[in-house]
Amino acid sequence: MELLNSLLFDYTLRTVALGAATLGIVSGALGSFAVLRRQSLLGDAMSHAALPGVVIAFMLTGSKTPVILLVGAAVAGWLGALLMNGVVRNTRIKEDSALGIILSVFFGFGLMLLTFLQRNPDARQAGLNSFLFGQAATLLISDVIPMAILGTIVLLLVLIFWKEFKLLSFDRDFAASLGYPVAWLDVVLTSLLVLAIVVGLQAVGVVLMSAMVVAPAAAARQWTDRLGVMVFLAALFGAIAGVGGAMISSLGSGLSTGPVVVLVVSGIVLLSLLFAPNRGLVWNWVRQQRDRRKLRLQSVLTNMYYLAEQHDDMAHPHAVTVLQAMNFGQGGVRRSLHVLRERGLVQESSSGFWALTAEGVEEARQLIDSRRAGKGGDR
Amino acid sequence: MTERRFAIEVEDLTLAYQDKPVLWDIDLHVPEGILMAIVGPNGAGKTTLIKTILGLLKPAAGRITIYGKPFVAQRKLVAYVPQRGSVDWDFPTNVLDVVMMGRYGRLGWVKWPGREDRELAMEALRKVGMANFAHRQISQLSGGQQQRTFLARALVQDAQIYFMDEPFQGVDATTERAIIQLLKELRAAGKTVVVVHHDLQTVSEYFDWVTLLNVRRIASGPVSQVFTEENLRLTYGGKVAFLSKTAVSQSTPDTLQPASSGG
Repeated sequence: MELLNSLLFDYTLRTVALGAATLGIVSGALGSFAVLRRQSLLGDAMSHAALPGVVIAFMLTGSKTPVILLVGAAVAGWLGALLMNGVVRNTRIKEDSALGIILSVFFGFGLMLLTFLQRNPDARQAGLNSFLFGQAATLLISDVIPMAILGTIVLLLVLIFWKEFKLLSFDRDFAASLGYPVAWLDVVLTSLLVLAIVVGLQAVGVVLMSAMVVAPAAAARQWTDRLGVMVFLAALFGAIAGVGGAMISSLGSGLSTGPVVVLVVSGIVLLSLLFAPNRGLVWNWVRQQRDRRKLRLQSVLTNMYYLAEQHDDMAHPHAVTVLQAMNFGQGGVRRSLHVLRERGLVQESSSGFWALTAEGVEEARQLIDSRRAGKGGDR
Repeated sequence: MTERRFAIEVEDLTLAYQDKPVLWDIDLHVPEGILMAIVGPNGAGKTTLIKTILGLLKPAAGRITIYGKPFVAQRKLVAYVPQRGSVDWDFPTNVLDVVMMGRYGRLGWVKWPGREDRELAMEALRKVGMANFAHRQISQLSGGQQQRTFLARALVQDAQIYFMDEPFQGVDATTERAIIQLLKELRAAGKTVVVVHHDLQTVSEYFDWVTLLNVRRIASGPVSQVFTEENLRLTYGGKVAFLSKTAVSQSTPDTLQPASSGG
């Protein structure tokens, strides 16, 4: 409650939360497209590639104004993406290797520049380090406003070209056959991803920003089968993780925001993997158990039918032990019988002896017929 | 024959990956209103050929025209059914949505599909027997249903020429019959259909025109004239034993016509 209170009334915390929410929404939305196009790692490469841009922007201007540094980051990230495309298209190096190359070359170069600056007696460069792991607590409202403007532009463009981006992501060749300039659409979508990453760099840092691209989208995919809902959920999860992470890191002194945000978003992913309907692991397990129970009921019922068929009287009672022998290895015969009795399909004529009711006979006959039909219909 | 209109004309088409030729000096004249199969062994360049005609791949040399004009000017006359396996069927969308993508070419930029597009999409789904699956998530479709969805998407393109890349690949017998029925309806409506096909046994039953391809164009023409043992041997390199049974024998073309009661 106290946290909520300070979220609403504490100026610094509110600024931080706003910034973190913006970055979460934008990276979640754009990340959805990256994940669906199997380009999750592109985000990773581009955020790492942004580091030398930040440092060079500082070296050229001597200014630590976030907007200038972020322009540097965007240019470097974009160059990285472009170079990667060039490597894939013009050499025999495959996409995954190209990603690795661009990531390590750019990031290594950035780190080298950073350590070079640190050896300098000039103290002005202090703070550039926070671009590695992010420092949301230092966000000012003057940082958040450009972030929000940029983020809004990015989201608007996604909305305007929604149909085109969807088609591009689902079936690139078909889009090309319709006459859409898919190479340009690729560039636009990738550029928007770069901008989304840049929006979050200051708060989360270049090393862990990729998690904000991939994780919310991966979690959102678990909950829905519709692109629109997925993008919306990814934005929501991103915002929750951003705000949650920024809040927690601002409580402790010296906690970098990036790692905390990543922990929160990992929690969301874990919950989604486990509990999402249809796709979640727990859901699958429950469904499997239900199917197994249903099968067990059917098998007890049909076995009783086969037994009864051997006698003239369909209501002839049989010992539980016989049924247990027939359902060997499946267990739960007694429990199945009780369930079947509740449905009025069987009755216990004397202790340990069970018989089909008239309804049970009918039900079992239908089951056996449908099974035969199923087999026969298979050509 | 000469006054017949050509739907597709390809001249001296050559395409290479690095320095390995994939298509070599292809000439093709496809008349209007026929069902044509493109057959050839794996790696013969069948898919590459239709992708190149569709402008998806850039040829090293050659000229391609659709009804006498370059493809770019005639794009709206052409519909395309890519290989089923070329997309991710776990993409978060439903059948109706995929079919409506066929309308995007006519819609143009930014405009969203409206009620008319939706009705056309439903109509196409009815034609392929998928109307009940309109709102089904595409990851829950069988192979045959995926293929019908793609066909419906091509139908809403309302084109004159249809290119289909292995539409019979891995589909059940019912779907295969449904597709053939559809192809015949298209031909009856005066459309031209070009199909990359794998099953030599059914060529003479399903198609009336065939192109035999193995990097070079081995032969192209009416099935009864060019689908011969000799040409098949040239295409497949003598490795196929059952050829003599499936091919139209040059000496007695009539005795080997497909049975009228196809199954």
